[in-house]
Amino acid sequence: MDIFLTVLQGVPMTIGLTVSALAIGAVGGIPLALGRRSQIPALRFLAVSLIEILRGIPPIVWLFIIYFGLGTALPQLDPLTSAIVGLGVISCAYMAEIYRGGLSAVAQGQWEASEALGMGRQSVLTFIIGPQVFRVSVPAAASYAIGLIKDSSVAYTIGVTEIVYFANDQSRQSSDALGPFFIAALVYVIMTIPCAWATRALDARLRMRVAR
Amino acid sequence: MNIFTDWPSYLPELLAGLGVSVQVALLSLAIGIPGGLLLAIGAGSKNKLVRVLIIGVVEIGRGTPALVVLQIFYFGLPASGLTLTSMAASVVALAATTAAYTSEILRGGLQAVPQGETEAAGALGMNRKDTLRFIVIPQGFRVAIPSLIGFAILIFQATSLAYTVALPELLSQAYSIGSTTFNYLSVLLLAGLMYAAITIPASWLTGRAEKRLAQHL
Repeated sequence: MDIFLTVLQGVPMTIGLTVSALAIGAVGGIPLALGRRSQIPALRFLAVSLIEILRGIPPIVWLFIIYFGLGTALPQLDPLTSAIVGLGVISCAYMAEIYRGGLSAVAQGQWEASEALGMGRQSVLTFIIGPQVFRVSVPAAASYAIGLIKDSSVAYTIGVTEIVYFANDQSRQSSDALGPFFIAALVYVIMTIPCAWATRALDARLRMRVAR
Repeated sequence: MNIFTDWPSYLPELLAGLGVSVQVALLSLAIGIPGGLLLAIGAGSKNKLVRVLIIGVVEIGRGTPALVVLQIFYFGLPASGLTLTSMAASVVALAATTAAYTSEILRGGLQAVPQGETEAAGALGMNRKDTLRFIVIPQGFRVAIPSLIGFAILIFQATSLAYTVALPELLSQAYSIGSTTFNYLSVLLLAGLMYAAITIPASWLTGRAEKRLAQHL
């Protein structure tokens, strides 16, 4: 029971890390998604390359580049900041791809109708297409978020005190090497499965508010 | 201190590390995908107990981070008398994760095979096992190929987690070079690019596979 409570101490950090990274991604993904659809080839190329590079390198390697690599060039970032920046930047790329899917899911007629009403491209995006893209993107974003809860465990390698960090610590201290990890696994499962259910319910409700 | 000038001197060690990473990824896939297929078939079993049990195993397998599975096999199991080398622990852990994830991918593929195929096989007098083996699995597998390639890319990336169990794969090699030269940024960037050099072309492959398969369906 003691071990269980100790491992639980990591939960707020895991959630905080996931939510912060996701928030960065939700905002940062917008310019990347728009850049990908830009009419300027150079901008499009830049956005595509950024997305590919960010997704092509494993998260743990990004954390190391930021924490150990940039640490020697810049004033050293603390582990938590490095982890939030690292996972946040990766999320930008994944969220950009999710928004892209959302953009293509919004019916073409919505663009045409807005244009017929004499709206500018800017306001069509902000008032008509944007809100619908967010709604369509919810299920994909939620499954990404669930993945991110699990991926945030790599932050333990640079010393962020999240769930796996405490599990590892307990495993080394106590006579029971195996138990703490099972508890950690259980905590993740408990966190992720209800998230998956909630997403399905939310998705069904949001779908009703997207024009076909 | 120039970032790029030392790259040639890092290359031999990093390439050796990349070899280990690729090896772990391939072995995990070779063990995990057949495991995933078994789970996928089991999840469609007529026996309710089997079905519930398998779905439970898959959900737990997918809900647990690969890093935790890895730690269970490497740090946890020795306590119960079974000590694995870092290589064996990495392969077993990633194979288990692969089985859990690919079972869902393959289940989707098997379900995409039209019901009429099974009925037609039945009309030809094939039994259930033969129908599964010669009709449903080959077609379902084909549908699943693009997603399987996508997952293979993720598993290749996940081999970097084996750094935590001291397996001399790409990230471990890069980190140990960094800790002797203090030139972390340079060597880690090179390692990152080496990962990307495999994952990015592989993801193009996924797109092509999707296009080609779409022609047959």
